[in-house]
Amino acid sequence: MWKKIYEWLDERLGLNSLYKNLLDRPEPKGTWWNTLGSASLFLFILQGVTGIFLLVYYTPSPDHAYDSINYIMNGVAFGWLIRGIHHWGATLMIVVVFVHMLRVFVTASFKYPRELTWLVGIGLFILTLGMGFTGYLLPWDQQSYWATTVGTQIAGSVPFIGDFILKVLRGGPDLSALTLQRFFAAHVWMLPAALAGLIGVHLYLIIKHGESHFPSKED
Amino acid sequence: MPESDVSRRGFFTAMAGIIGGIIGVAIGVPAIAYVLDPAFKSSAKETWISIGKLSDMQVGQPYPFSFAIVEVNGWERTSTSHGGFVLRKSNNPTDMIILNYTCTHLGCTVDWQADAQAFICPCHNGKFSKDGAVLAGPPPRPLDRYTDFRLTNDGSLEIYYKGS
Repeated sequence: MWKKIYEWLDERLGLNSLYKNLLDRPEPKGTWWNTLGSASLFLFILQGVTGIFLLVYYTPSPDHAYDSINYIMNGVAFGWLIRGIHHWGATLMIVVVFVHMLRVFVTASFKYPRELTWLVGIGLFILTLGMGFTGYLLPWDQQSYWATTVGTQIAGSVPFIGDFILKVLRGGPDLSALTLQRFFAAHVWMLPAALAGLIGVHLYLIIKHGESHFPSKED
Repeated sequence: MPESDVSRRGFFTAMAGIIGGIIGVAIGVPAIAYVLDPAFKSSAKETWISIGKLSDMQVGQPYPFSFAIVEVNGWERTSTSHGGFVLRKSNNPTDMIILNYTCTHLGCTVDWQADAQAFICPCHNGKFSKDGAVLAGPPPRPLDRYTDFRLTNDGSLEIYYKGS
């Protein structure tokens, strides 16, 4: 019976060809270094899932942000696990995305016809750093407060328009409830939506062009 | 090398599925517990509350008292006010009724008016007698009572608060 249901669905959704083209596509002989892109995707999904669950209890207000995270850590079943995964997954994602980028650079995989994949990848890298930067403020403790003070100050050191950038980032001249709220909005919607969209483009390009061979001695 | 029924590709597909399933369960099950957690917490609100010295309460004269209950929900503390009147009916220390000052109509706080010898609700003129019976106005039933009370050794009167 399952077979019949599957066939009915396959006929309408094209599951078989989807599987063949997405997951069973031919690849050049690779190494573990070729798995870093998939690892990045996995971490993105993991961060998305744990982040959504953190939203169940987190409050982005200066009065309650720290207390709500304290509650997640000490008051809720497995809150420490969900937040722990999100916390360490964030660090790991920065590392994995960076090493993935390094691998692509070293094996010259960014060359024709994959220039756009590389450029989109740069966007993904910047967005990932943005996720790290905005997420860091959300606990609203001393560490995150001063890290964001310094980080936005650095952005403010740009000649001529620095002051404007600083005010845009902070939502005013000082770190305030507005800063926390806009970092929160960026962290849970703007940046993830942009990331998801660019990941879609990135994956499409990879499937369209296939993965590159490692260069041989003749290359 | 002996032929195996499982191809290399089949093995990796199966392993990917199994490991993926383990990861999914390892995260999914705690995540469900995490979301459902508040529903399993018991709010232990029941407690004995001291409302005054028996020696301060005159027989036949409603004695007002009030107390606050602090509830902690997650990271938020909410304080709610409660109170009422003790009416001693005789010198017998347990011969008393303890009324809740919440009007049974729509929940306003009733007040003892000595000249009218009645509890008057300021919202819709509900009127209750000294022992809480409805005399006039819209209230559908007499004032609620705190029925569990006890006297401590030092002469304080305590009521048992069971939550609202």
